[in-house]
Amino acid sequence: MTKLVTNAVGREVPVEINGAEAVPFQGVGQYRPSGRKAAPPIATCSDYPTDGHKVVKSLKVALENAGLRDGMTVSSHHHLRNGDFVANAVFAAAAELGVKDLRWFPSASFPCHAPMIDLLDSGVIHHIEGSMNGPLGAYCSEGKMRGMGVLRSHGGRWQAIQDGDVHIDIAVIAAPTADPFGNATGDRGPTGCGLLGFALADSMYADHVIVVTDNLVEFPCIPWQIQGNNVDQVVVMDSIGDASKIVSGTTQITKSPDRLLIAELTARFCDEAGIVRDGFSFQAGAGGTALSFALFLRDMMRERNIKARFVRGGSTQYLVDMLEEGLTDYILDGQTFDLEGVRSMRENAGHVNTSPFTSYNWHGKGNFASMLDCTVLGATEVDVNFNANVVTHSDGRLLHGIGGWMNCLASKCTILPIPSFRDRIPVLVDKVTTLCGPGELIDVIVTERGIAINPQRRDLIDAVRGSSLPIRPIEEIKAEVAEIVGGAPTPPEFGDKVVAAIKWVDGTVIDCVKEVRG
Amino acid sequence: MARRGEAGARGPKVRSDCWIAIELRDQGGLEIQFQSKVAGLYGDRIRTRMEAGCAALGIAHAAIACEDQGALPFVLDARLECAARRADPALTAEFLPEMRDCCTYGSTRDRLRRTRLYLPGNQPKLFVNAGLHGPDGLILDLEDAVAPTEKDAARVVVRNALRQVDFLGAERMVRINQGERGLADLDWVVPHNPHVILVPKVEDPAQLIAVDTRITEIRKDRGLKGEIYLLPIIESALGAWRAYEIAMATPSIAALSIGLEDYTADIGVPRTLAGHESFWARSQVINGAVAAGVQPIDTVFSDVADTAGLIASVNEAKALGFVGKGCIHPRQVAPIHKAFAPDPAALARAQRIVVAFEAAEAAGLGVVSLGSKMIDAPVVKRAHTVIDLALTTGLIDDNWRDADA
Repeated sequence: MTKLVTNAVGREVPVEINGAEAVPFQGVGQYRPSGRKAAPPIATCSDYPTDGHKVVKSLKVALENAGLRDGMTVSSHHHLRNGDFVANAVFAAAAELGVKDLRWFPSASFPCHAPMIDLLDSGVIHHIEGSMNGPLGAYCSEGKMRGMGVLRSHGGRWQAIQDGDVHIDIAVIAAPTADPFGNATGDRGPTGCGLLGFALADSMYADHVIVVTDNLVEFPCIPWQIQGNNVDQVVVMDSIGDASKIVSGTTQITKSPDRLLIAELTARFCDEAGIVRDGFSFQAGAGGTALSFALFLRDMMRERNIKARFVRGGSTQYLVDMLEEGLTDYILDGQTFDLEGVRSMRENAGHVNTSPFTSYNWHGKGNFASMLDCTVLGATEVDVNFNANVVTHSDGRLLHGIGGWMNCLASKCTILPIPSFRDRIPVLVDKVTTLCGPGELIDVIVTERGIAINPQRRDLIDAVRGSSLPIRPIEEIKAEVAEIVGGAPTPPEFGDKVVAAIKWVDGTVIDCVKEVRG
Repeated sequence: MARRGEAGARGPKVRSDCWIAIELRDQGGLEIQFQSKVAGLYGDRIRTRMEAGCAALGIAHAAIACEDQGALPFVLDARLECAARRADPALTAEFLPEMRDCCTYGSTRDRLRRTRLYLPGNQPKLFVNAGLHGPDGLILDLEDAVAPTEKDAARVVVRNALRQVDFLGAERMVRINQGERGLADLDWVVPHNPHVILVPKVEDPAQLIAVDTRITEIRKDRGLKGEIYLLPIIESALGAWRAYEIAMATPSIAALSIGLEDYTADIGVPRTLAGHESFWARSQVINGAVAAGVQPIDTVFSDVADTAGLIASVNEAKALGFVGKGCIHPRQVAPIHKAFAPDPAALARAQRIVVAFEAAEAAGLGVVSLGSKMIDAPVVKRAHTVIDLALTTGLIDDNWRDADA
């Protein structure tokens, strides 16, 4: 059985993951690995076609050429989101080649990757290191995966590649447009999705890099978000994804009156706390509440003639409108959520594509995320000490990816606008099921029943004193919810098996998920 | 004889509600089966509560099936009771959830009624957070927002909500059905502290006298105290014609309102945004109400997406003399309150009038004047109303006399 030790946030975590040593979380900002960064093997250009034509016949051939064998690590990326065809095709080809025990290292998995369950069952895939939700989340939660899942943030994935925690044997990069040399971009083509930032580290650090496209253009492919000089082979598929599912389903403004109330309170809080001022910056994701927050903020900015210096996204048509209206100088885009975002990225020099490296890499020389004036994020649970959960629900099942969530907690003011309960399930709890974000980094919780400010943030408490905002202790809101839902829920029952480890942004283990019973 | 009954909602789209079926048996005790999205978290409590419900309702032998999508306890209780009543229409016992302290506050005849938010009586998931949006009143609707086949279900849900849901200081209103069914609705709600009963489609004072009489009987039977106000809604040409008579029908009437969908249908014209077709009827309601000393309250604005239209409509209602407006969506509340707030010029003038009046009074002067104009009592009264509204809206505080006006 896996040996567990108690880490700096009081969670029991494994010291060994899939046979490799793991470092328990040591506290925010504590862990500093030393040595040199990982690097790919030295390549020589004379080993590649002089005419630059690296196109091979099929994925299967490409994998064979790459020397795919048992136990290797194969990576893929989620910029095609729930419309991705490529990852499934890669592992189907691996199955045809009779390979076993692969480690799949996606930047995130989606419900469209449910076919991987058969490959996990048949032994082609040993385990997944990447966020799991939907059917894969359920599969892992029920203890059916042979290896231990590892969940990392987007920044943490880059960190793991850079410091050698994860060595990628073969990276397969889905490219909406590419040339035969391997230069690739995501901002155009029939399956245009915006940027390919999640694949950038893989292209630089993997032993072998395969670009897969359904829109091969003559050299050069401009812009080259992925540089062909890092690419070994190019494969052309009929279609790399379902364009209708590439655009995220979460980019609609919420119609729920309660969520609108939460979004409005969040914007008012930012205003009263003095965050909304000329030259400020904020990050808002693509969830309905976060989008509505951005709109309330926009109205405030228009009314008072305030302009942001930059906005971090998750870009959507709403942020694009703000950029085009001159309400912000720049969008620093980490992930493009809709087609307006993709268009803007192509056309507007102020719409800048970024990667986890530029955004929030632990091994970077500085951190954009910590420079943001405010960041608005979701959560499945928050406890009375402001610790938050973003991967499991109260029933203990893996249901969400981490995304950039952990990395974004570094902002000057991190706000979680969340309902105080969902259906009958309290969101405010005594102890989170899985701890993904330490309370010291979470400054404000905005619920429909009131706003709770982390007692450590005296400055914020003082800033909003005397305002008409409903500021309340978090315990008080939690107690009110308990009255409504009929008491605190019975905690879920877990087995002993650790099914997934949750890695902090620095690569240490902050918590783990155990097998659910029943 | 019906031995089986079911109630509630099921299916993948249902949230915060449940479906319960009861098959009454002659022996074998209780056999409870349920699946719930919160089974792991609340399964034990759901089972215990269903057993308690059966005991309260006098059911000893039954097969009970439940599909729960995270219903709150008061909803589970209501679905269970409704299913039981459908299985046995002769059932008279009640399964009453506890009356929470937050459900016992009262109201007053003259309180602000700028907004009243309609909540469909059989959609309990909309109830719980409704008060957070700050309406002056919340209407648990048993009438038009409830399908004819679910009238009985809505009664149980509304009754339980009156005992369990914190409406956060909003006036607790219930709209009953027309005629006999409406009178029977009263049995379900009157004992549970409703502040206002909305009576639909009134065109005869006798309808209100019947409602009032039934309320008095129920209260006498149960030894209940406190006021219950009536808010008749006029929805026909005849009702509009008799507006004053209706407003005067009983002393319990606190306000008079109008419903334009039915009114325009009655006079046989389409309802327009401009509303010329209902101008007379609305004026009639305003004048009838004011003459009877009750509040005139306008109908709802039904295009939820059109905030500019809503604001224009409230401004028009305010200019005509209405003091409130109906809402069908929580996001309508804030714009309406804003529109009903006194404008700065009117507020400044009201403050000057009150200050001048108080100064004159202190000096023992019989006649008060401001500039070249005489101020008489109705003017002072109106100024006080404006100031009270500004105080409530937070435009000024109690120390406004000290502020530099």
